[in-house]
Amino acid sequence: MSPDKLRYQANQIATFFASQPEEEQVEGVADHINKFWDPRMRRQLFEIADQSTEGFKPMVVAALAKIRRPESVAG
Amino acid sequence: MSLIQEIDYGTPASRAEKTVRLVIDGTTIDVPEGTSVMRASMEAGIKVPKLCATDMVDAFGSCRLCLVEIEGRNGTPASCTTPVAEGMVVHTQTGRLKDIRRGVMELYISDHPLDCLTCAANGDCELQDMAGAVGLRDVRYGYEGHNHVKARDNGEANPRYMAKDESNPYFTYDPAKCIVCSRCVRACEEVQGTFALTIEGRGFDSRVSPGMHESFMNSECVSCGACVQACPTATLTEKSVIAIGQPEHSVVTTCAYCGVGCSFKAEMRGEEVVRMVPWKDGKANRGHSCVKGRFAWGYATHKDRILNPMVREKITDPWREVTWDEAFAHVAKEFRRIQYQYGKGAIGGITSSRCTNEETFLVQKLVRAGFGNNNVDTCARVCHSPTGYGLGKAFGTSAGTQDFDSVEHTDVVILIGANPTDGHPVFASRLKKRLRQGAKLIVIDPRRIDLVRSAHVEASHHLPLKPGTNVAVLTALAHVIVTEGLFDEAFIRERCDWSEFEDWASFVAEPAHSPEATEQFTGVPAEEVRGAARLYARGGNGAIYYGLGVTEHSQGSTTVMAIANLAMVTGNIGRPGVGVNPLRGQNNVQGACDMGSFPHELPGYRHISGAEVRDVFEKLWGVELNPEPGLRIPNMLDAAVDGTFRGIYIQGEDILQSDPDTRHVQAGLAAMECVVVHDLFLNETANYAHVFLPGSTFLEKDGTFTNAERRINRVRKVMSPKNGLADWEVTLKLAQAMGLNWAYSHPSQIMDEIALTTPSFASVSYKLLEEKGSVQWPCNEARPDGTPVMHLDGFVRGKGKFIRTEYVATDERSGPRFPLLLTTGRILSQYNVGAQTRRTDNVAWHAEDLLEIHPHDAEQRGIRDGDLVKLASRSGETALRAKITERVAPGVVYTTFHHPGTQANVITTDYTDWATNCPEYKVTAVQVSPSNGPTVWQREYDAQAAQSRRIATEAALEPAE
Ligand code: SF4
Ligand code: SF4
Ligand code: SF4
Ligand code: FES
Repeated sequence: MSPDKLRYQANQIATFFASQPEEEQVEGVADHINKFWDPRMRRQLFEIADQSTEGFKPMVVAALAKIRRPESVAG
Repeated sequence: MSLIQEIDYGTPASRAEKTVRLVIDGTTIDVPEGTSVMRASMEAGIKVPKLCATDMVDAFGSCRLCLVEIEGRNGTPASCTTPVAEGMVVHTQTGRLKDIRRGVMELYISDHPLDCLTCAANGDCELQDMAGAVGLRDVRYGYEGHNHVKARDNGEANPRYMAKDESNPYFTYDPAKCIVCSRCVRACEEVQGTFALTIEGRGFDSRVSPGMHESFMNSECVSCGACVQACPTATLTEKSVIAIGQPEHSVVTTCAYCGVGCSFKAEMRGEEVVRMVPWKDGKANRGHSCVKGRFAWGYATHKDRILNPMVREKITDPWREVTWDEAFAHVAKEFRRIQYQYGKGAIGGITSSRCTNEETFLVQKLVRAGFGNNNVDTCARVCHSPTGYGLGKAFGTSAGTQDFDSVEHTDVVILIGANPTDGHPVFASRLKKRLRQGAKLIVIDPRRIDLVRSAHVEASHHLPLKPGTNVAVLTALAHVIVTEGLFDEAFIRERCDWSEFEDWASFVAEPAHSPEATEQFTGVPAEEVRGAARLYARGGNGAIYYGLGVTEHSQGSTTVMAIANLAMVTGNIGRPGVGVNPLRGQNNVQGACDMGSFPHELPGYRHISGAEVRDVFEKLWGVELNPEPGLRIPNMLDAAVDGTFRGIYIQGEDILQSDPDTRHVQAGLAAMECVVVHDLFLNETANYAHVFLPGSTFLEKDGTFTNAERRINRVRKVMSPKNGLADWEVTLKLAQAMGLNWAYSHPSQIMDEIALTTPSFASVSYKLLEEKGSVQWPCNEARPDGTPVMHLDGFVRGKGKFIRTEYVATDERSGPRFPLLLTTGRILSQYNVGAQTRRTDNVAWHAEDLLEIHPHDAEQRGIRDGDLVKLASRSGETALRAKITERVAPGVVYTTFHHPGTQANVITTDYTDWATNCPEYKVTAVQVSPSNGPTVWQREYDAQAAQSRRIATEAALEPAE
């Protein structure tokens, strides 16, 4: 997926959780991505975010620590 | 096997609880108060002769054949219009009655053609039966006088004669045979709710007439067939019966078109379908149907059906017919090669919402157990995945809460983003019936759909919102309910988490969410929103029905949550007449979702990461399951373009036509090395396929479909598969070719496996379905008869969850280049991508997709009605004809997506729902301009499609279509 589209989709998730009660926000983003993104999408997320978190909403950046890092072998 | 003969009780059942005892011809019987004497007799096993009464409509009392004598009463009352009374003593057969009845029949027959031997209804004619029943032996009057029967009298044209109307492609109207019993008129009014028929003229000269003396085709008639069923004579007759003859056996099965899931009797001669007749005991449809299920099954024998497996190396090659074994071996070899070369996760599958539960179950099993990954998805991705997510979050289970009967107890209906008269016609008929009885309707839709105003139905409120602003409007409704104190505190305290409610209530109460504040961007007058909120909250039983206009948005999941909030805050959950009801598009969307078609969950909506759940399947299947979620359809296509996804097995779906952003789908498919399409026809996706596995129709296999009310209905085989294998056998053999040791010999064994592994299906078996006809899941030890209404005493998740729903404008906005908003939908006579309905006479109603545009927008652009116009978005452009109408608001245009020539999805973008990746079909910024021909894209597409559909025969190459 293009990095722009991936960033866009991650940010869309953060946008939803931004209106949720504060304690559910970062947790919510991480949990959603863990539940619905297959490993290669998460791998790509880290490939991009490890280089630069520019373009990601702060909530996505905060959630990274709670998102499962896939092993490097293909899904 | 024999022909199922349903008992006609003459008048509808009474719902009264109190019973009345009476004596009919010496038999004592108890029946509910309000029952007619005719119906009571039938229940006692006594058939009173009748012509104008039938139990699908209210009695009218015009034929005078059903007269009876009642002790202590004068005269001979009509049994169909006389209600029972306590202690009544009825005689149905006396000398006096016999004479009257013979006289009545003599009059009927004297104006009826006596060509019984060659009549299409011979053997299925109530007039014939009644002549026999009353002992009519001679007719003293001939046709010499006035008659309706003969075209010419003594060489003169007979002014009373009317020629046959054969305009409808599926049935004929022969006025010469009409006995003016008005059963058809009442069926059209009471059952269908269209009011297309009237009785013209008076007395001897009265006639049935569609509309104002029009032909059926030019009238309001929607070809539902109710009048044809109701007609006691050959006046209204299916053309298929005229062509073939009377059926000799019948089998009950389920319509394979929409999510209503109507039950039909397939009436057969041998392996040939004579007609499909809605089944009275069908709990979804209660004996009604629409034009698709009733008539549009001819695709099953259409010449375009592909009956042999085919293979090719490159998609530019012509197809090569092969044996089944070669095809399976080829796919197995290719899939294994791809996995070896690119990794386990490089292949996947798509299950079909058109196929049976058993068939979708097998495909997800093949992917999880055979491919060793979770890359399985279903076309519900593009329609109702947000329903699954949103309702799952709020209530704990992903399904509609009611059965269709529930609408009979509803007082206020909110209809959001759905157009049931076109998309779910039988439900629409049932809804209209309730509305005619006085229930109120609120329509939330950018278009003025038919239900906003049609014969004897008018919405109390229509909120014509701007496409994409659902969440704002629904949150504004919640704002009114909370700030005006219209919520149901007792319900919320008992059933939901009060502190979550308080948090949510303070959120929706913010002034920014008021109808006045949101009016500027939703376009809905604040007063309408307030009125609608008050009506829903305080108008009695409130039910919400919604469709794809809710889900197919970038905030689709949020909108579903907003709907759940509204139902909970008003206490409209957990009893008949209320609830949240997604109207599912395809016949088995519900079932495909239930069966674990989503990449992140196993059957029964259980997340794949749960070790306990995986364990159940691992033990049974003898494999280890991958705990990571797999790819969703859009992700598969992205991964294909990236090169990490190279092979796919697509069961009965046409993603190239049905999924958004056609160019992106094309690019994804083109990048794959082995695309396997399993379908009835060379569909659009097959243009990019390397292997084609011919599919079977619903008439050719056993299985089950689960409709929008969670009802598991049986699908029964009535003919052998023309392609040789039922779809479940195809998947089975493919799995075997891939080395899996599956051994199913009947779909019932697959259902047993589902029941064994999935708690909500635990008690479901073919035996149970045989006994009960159908059941609604959950069906298990706790609920052995199934569950018509969910969340009766508590929510599945425990406490209902209120979730804040902030409106976020979609990034798809109109601007100077693309100033209009396109929204999409469907129409009655066509189904989804149209692959089936386009191959039937339904094309008589919808030969092409049209672009609806408001007169104001049309005039600005110099567009006239019927002009070819170019429709362009940032994704692509296409050309189609314009239809100028005020049903759409200025600034909004609308089209359907039934025809591949138009390919509305070239226009739609790749924006998706934030939670589920369900595409945002319902909002695309577009421009419309006059055009003089198909776009370059359309021409290239057609050329590619024609090239791709060639099938190599021994010597020459031939195009398949
Ligand atoms: S087919 Fe249906 S809509 Fe048409 S006239 Fe008959 S009952 Fe009415
Ligand atoms: S068309 Fe059939 S149902 Fe209608 S009035 Fe004539 S005989 Fe009766
Ligand atoms: S298409 Fe839907 S409403 Fe029409 S007959 Fe089939 S299931 Fe019933
Ligand atoms: S059946 Fe009762 S009057 Fe016709």
